[in-house]
Amino acid sequence: MYKYDKIDQQLVNERVAQYRDQTRRYLAGELSEDEFRPIRLQNGLYIQRLAPMLRIAVPYGLLSSKQLRKLGDIAKKYDKDYGHFSTRQNLQLNWPKLEDVPDILAELATVEMHAIQTSGNCIRNITTDQFAGVAPDELFDPRAMAEIMRQWSTFHPEFALLPRKFKIAVSGTKEDRAVVQMHDIGMEFFKNDNDELRIKVWVGGGLGRTPILGSVIHESLEWQHALSYCEAIIRTYNMHGRRDNSYKARIKILVKAIGIEAFKEQVEAEWVHSKNGPLTITQAEFDRVSAYFEPMPYETLPANDASFDTQLASNPAFTAWVKRCVHPHKTAGYRAVTLSLKKHGEAPGDASSAQMHTVADLADAYSFGELRVSHEQNLILADVKLSDLFTVWEKARAAGLATPNIGLLTDIICCPGGDFCSLANAKSIPIAKSIQAQFDNLDYLHDIGDIEINISGCMNACGHHHVGHIGILGVDKGDTEWYQVSIGGKQGNDASLGSVIGPSFSAEEMPSVVQKLIDVYVQERTPEERFIDTARRIGMDPFKAHVYAESEEVTA
Amino acid sequence: MSQLIKGNQIAQNEWTRVIPPTFGDEPVRKQAGKVVMFKLHDEETFTQKQIDATEIPATGKILLPLTVWLAKKESLATRMAAGEIGIVLQTHEPIEKLVEAFDDLNSLPVIAVYVQIFADGRNFTLGNLLRTRYGFKNELRAVGDIMRDQLYFLKRSGFDSYLIKEGRNAEEAIASLNDFTQPYQGASDDVPVWRRVNRSQV
Ligand code: SF4
Repeated sequence: MYKYDKIDQQLVNERVAQYRDQTRRYLAGELSEDEFRPIRLQNGLYIQRLAPMLRIAVPYGLLSSKQLRKLGDIAKKYDKDYGHFSTRQNLQLNWPKLEDVPDILAELATVEMHAIQTSGNCIRNITTDQFAGVAPDELFDPRAMAEIMRQWSTFHPEFALLPRKFKIAVSGTKEDRAVVQMHDIGMEFFKNDNDELRIKVWVGGGLGRTPILGSVIHESLEWQHALSYCEAIIRTYNMHGRRDNSYKARIKILVKAIGIEAFKEQVEAEWVHSKNGPLTITQAEFDRVSAYFEPMPYETLPANDASFDTQLASNPAFTAWVKRCVHPHKTAGYRAVTLSLKKHGEAPGDASSAQMHTVADLADAYSFGELRVSHEQNLILADVKLSDLFTVWEKARAAGLATPNIGLLTDIICCPGGDFCSLANAKSIPIAKSIQAQFDNLDYLHDIGDIEINISGCMNACGHHHVGHIGILGVDKGDTEWYQVSIGGKQGNDASLGSVIGPSFSAEEMPSVVQKLIDVYVQERTPEERFIDTARRIGMDPFKAHVYAESEEVTA
Repeated sequence: MSQLIKGNQIAQNEWTRVIPPTFGDEPVRKQAGKVVMFKLHDEETFTQKQIDATEIPATGKILLPLTVWLAKKESLATRMAAGEIGIVLQTHEPIEKLVEAFDDLNSLPVIAVYVQIFADGRNFTLGNLLRTRYGFKNELRAVGDIMRDQLYFLKRSGFDSYLIKEGRNAEEAIASLNDFTQPYQGASDDVPVWRRVNRSQV
């Protein structure tokens, strides 16, 4: 993975000093609440319902074991002994003290980490596929480009105060796991017919109050122009995006208002001036950064392992885990492993300090000392030998990290919601827990198969509810918490946005609503259909009829 | 004491910014009950009534809003020629209007970019474009809701003087011009770090 040189280290050190002084001025009353707000947000510090929340950047979801241990230590020392992995592949601390943040940043800087631009109206953490570099279907490992873009976007002077937050995702696989269509800019790397690296550029996607999938603004951009082209897009947005209404300030609203063709014309007119200029990425820089992402020193292994096969044949619990949590790998004899942070009854994405240490130890012993955070809020060991899988499973299981539910109903994506977030309309974590309790039967979960449930506590859609196969959104109806349910959303290449099934439900009703949706699916499915396939084939009505029919009987 | 930072130090402010009067009947836009501080691109800056009523000091160096200059330029030609007039561009005003108003932008001794509220980052793009695209070489001044925390970004966006808002310590703010030693990206002041230094050597 990328290692800081003196320049990177100096920059984060200077950032710590800068932020320390900003905090000092705020506490001394030299900065007003309103003035400090954009400053602390650019450093990932929210003032939440119960305490501040600090979001720590995990660039494109990649962590070393040393970094994860440090995060565990920080959570122990400055917080309540746990952290929350978010859908932006970052780590959030829910209880730090505002005055402690400069010290936390100083500790992070010792392991090449920071909280720069994890919030605020600026370019946010660049995200990518959690299996980057190891996925068999990968056409291009996007991590070097993600790092080049991370550096370019860090303290970009021109784009420090945009109309609204700006999210960029990069991907290099056939199957899009980075959800590029859901981002302000999505960059899909591919090789053209002449084997040259190109980028399909998407713009104007995003969830939130007005969910829109992105539009293609460039079909085949030469990679050397990635930065100048992004600058042309963001400059156009900086000048013309709406700042008068924060709900209409995302780039998607601008693109929609003037149309993708007109927007593209403006961007191209802007780009003429910078194309082929100093922003053009040189082969030398690309090579320098790529060298940090060379394949791991893999052993030459056979494709099969006898001990693994034996365990698989004899241990059903292990088999269930392998089926859900172990993923294919480019290299023979290796697999990628998802460590589930979705244990039933725990807040999705939460990890205790002890768990972080356990995962760091596992990474050191079995996966070259590195790991990844997925946007589904799990942790990944990307390079595990087949012959080590059984041991990894046993150790992960002892630490509560081996729930074999990856991709299943209880692998719920869930934002912090009303328990922590001051913007929330409703709580989200208890909903996730009650659904997990309703479906706390592994055989049944496996029978239901692949399904994604996404929960957001409000319109801001941090839980990506629009693209959940079942999406749940907290709404506020005069002081009580209600939940709106949608079905038919999906991430990936054939992404779609879900449709609301009807009037919202109380928190108590939610497990049975999900149960009814599942009942309809189980009854209607063909043998090869996943929930989303059935939902797409038969449409909304059967689901709606079943969910609402009985509740009417009750009231009648 | 002066609130102006120029050349890494506090400097005397020779320029008086001319501000049109308000009458209370200017259009105000509200959003959820709050007055909107951001004007949309190309929205009207001052009403005709405000422009007509603007009093222009008879002597001294003055910074005039672009719209006021456009309305009164005939009567001010000699002062312009004498180098007594600079122009204030607001962040929502199209830069093309400024560029088209002058045969040579460099006939202006100073251009000031006014930002009404800190969170409006359009001034960065305007500064960058004035320097890189339109070749402006004279003083580029940041005015309005300017605090220490924008200085580094303003500097990199081509500004070379900064009028810190009243009530803030301008002297201390100077340090923030150098918050970072070696920035990553290219901007109007420099090329990207990988063109600036040989990173395989550091
Ligand atoms: S979706 Fe709403 S409630 Fe949930 S974390 Fe985001 S802002 Fe908070």
